[in-house]
Amino acid sequence: MATSLDAAEGLSHRPPGRPARAARLRLSGLFWRHSWAKALLLLAPPLLAFILVYLASLAALFISSFWTIDPFTSELKHVWNVDNYRTLWQTGAYHSIALRTIGIAAAVTLTDAILAFPLGYFMARIASGRSRAFIFVAVLLPLWSSYLVRVYIWRLILDDKGVLNWALEKVGLPAANLGYSNWAVWLIFTYVWLPFMILPVYGALERIPDSYIEASRDLGAGGWTTFRRVLLPLALPGVVAGSIFTFSLTLGDYVTPLLAGGASSQFIGNVVYDAINTQQTPFAAAFAAVPLAVMGVYLLIARKLGAFEAL
Amino acid sequence: MIRIRRAHVLAAAFAAALCVPAVSAGSGSGLPTSVGPGEGQLNLIAWEGYTQPQWVKPFEKATGCQVHAKYAGSSDEMVTLMRQGGGTQYDGVSASGDASLRLIYGHDVAAVNPALIPDWKNFIPALKSPPHNTVKGVHYGISLQWGPNTLLYNTKLVKPAPTSWSSIYSPKYKGKVTVPDNPIQIADAALYLSKAQPSLKITDPYELTSTQFNAAINLLKKQKPLIKKYWALASDEIDLFKNGDAVIGASWPYQTNTLQAAKVPVKDEIPKEGATGWADTWMISAHAKHPNCMYKWIAWVSTPKVQAQQAIYFGETPANPKACPIMNKLSPGSAAQYHCGASASYFNSIKFWKTPIATCDNGQNACMDYTKWQQAWTQLKG
Repeated sequence: MATSLDAAEGLSHRPPGRPARAARLRLSGLFWRHSWAKALLLLAPPLLAFILVYLASLAALFISSFWTIDPFTSELKHVWNVDNYRTLWQTGAYHSIALRTIGIAAAVTLTDAILAFPLGYFMARIASGRSRAFIFVAVLLPLWSSYLVRVYIWRLILDDKGVLNWALEKVGLPAANLGYSNWAVWLIFTYVWLPFMILPVYGALERIPDSYIEASRDLGAGGWTTFRRVLLPLALPGVVAGSIFTFSLTLGDYVTPLLAGGASSQFIGNVVYDAINTQQTPFAAAFAAVPLAVMGVYLLIARKLGAFEAL
Repeated sequence: MIRIRRAHVLAAAFAAALCVPAVSAGSGSGLPTSVGPGEGQLNLIAWEGYTQPQWVKPFEKATGCQVHAKYAGSSDEMVTLMRQGGGTQYDGVSASGDASLRLIYGHDVAAVNPALIPDWKNFIPALKSPPHNTVKGVHYGISLQWGPNTLLYNTKLVKPAPTSWSSIYSPKYKGKVTVPDNPIQIADAALYLSKAQPSLKITDPYELTSTQFNAAINLLKKQKPLIKKYWALASDEIDLFKNGDAVIGASWPYQTNTLQAAKVPVKDEIPKEGATGWADTWMISAHAKHPNCMYKWIAWVSTPKVQAQQAIYFGETPANPKACPIMNKLSPGSAAQYHCGASASYFNSIKFWKTPIATCDNGQNACMDYTKWQQAWTQLKG
């Protein structure tokens, strides 16, 4: 009590009852003199969360993939070994599951890019303000409904007595029989991740100045040449940025293959899910490391192509 | 006098001998001899439909035990849930035979004293001490309900009506077949082979030597191109039949009921080779925090009325045949529909799910354990 009175005495030229303000001023002075301290204070909570929640869990995943499970009691045995990776390497079924996952993810990405480019182009360069807003809403609206609902809706469309076969029959075509197959999985993924491709492509196309295209035309380039040598190279970072989403989201999914897949539609995620359900956590961790490695390589390539500037 | 004293000593010695198990019961390894007052709470892992308000609410009122149920979708999930957090999170589980032995050998569940379940003595003889919940004479749970895995088919599109499991292995219905996405499905293939290929000498579809196991896997590999989808949820199979994607497949009576109620022309049957089936058991966690409430719960669901309610709700057969007349009262004809109080020969025609373990019945270590089944199933689907 006495010391605080003394302190108030020392600051007698200031109005009484302001020690809190003085402390605040001192603190802001400190931050002004040492700008790194301010940055540290601001970044500490998200950084801590990032390291603890994000990176630490990835590290835990990676480490546990080198352990094993006692098959009898399901207890984790902390014995270092590479048996899980050896099983993955030596079993043909896991190769085909990994290849299927990566292959469908790549196919979905390609399809989405082909679909998104003309739409993004129309939105960025042709549509008026109103129709652009309308298309925006139309693109984003499906994201407001549950992912699960959309997968089930596609199941209804594609199944044997579904809307698709009904429509084909009406126009006299044979039934498509796409339901419960890898085609269905590809189609549904293409649909659900399309908005994640359209937005970055639109952003990249919008940033291309009109003058570039005019210049290309003035120099005698036709529409195709302009597209190939001006538009596409400038929009490519946007496409690659979108592909990071479509590729990684497909790579990590297991719900669509489970619900809409056929007899041979297992994804890496399905095997991981089954393995966790049967307490083979280390094996699940090992298989989960595969998409992680694939994504790492993919991101390196994407960086080379300039995708991160377009994000 | 001396004689009397001797008798006293003898009696005291006898009492002391009895005391040893009584003391160990106190420390948790022996059997309880009475059910104390409820602890107020009860945490259960159950199949969906096993903890319906119509019989849970009166139980809570009568015992003061508040029921918190977590539904599990598969036997594997049940085992995982029972083991998580050191096994203290849940008091009990409605385990099927393919989970119960895993839980017993993993020391996840406690021995149970059937004398504390008044209705147990009324159960059909086959479900009093079945091998899937009683090991070396020790009970690790009380049977609940059972039912067969049936052959379900569309009566308009599958003609003539199938009589054999061969119909889901023959190319006649290629692309229109569905079977459960479950490693235990290997037993269905083995059951069919036990009749179709007697030279394999399969006597128990859950105890397979590597030759027998490989034969079953080869049959399933040949079946794979015929499969529309391996169904994971009962609702998946219902959708497949409703929408015409499947016309024949392995099923449970529950799907038949639901589809028939939706006016889909389906029928189910037990083919001439017999069928696999499930028999569920309420088991008590070895680390249960509310064991008294759990005993009260098992006693409650064993009573004829609750047995009947659950049998009709889920479409299965009660372990307690006293439920049969109540079933007919609740829903006329339901007792016969679900084979309530079925004959021993019907019961014996069903090969109930049990966990495959490495030790065969003859004591040799030549059988394929469940880990191998799981691996083979994953690779089959691959």
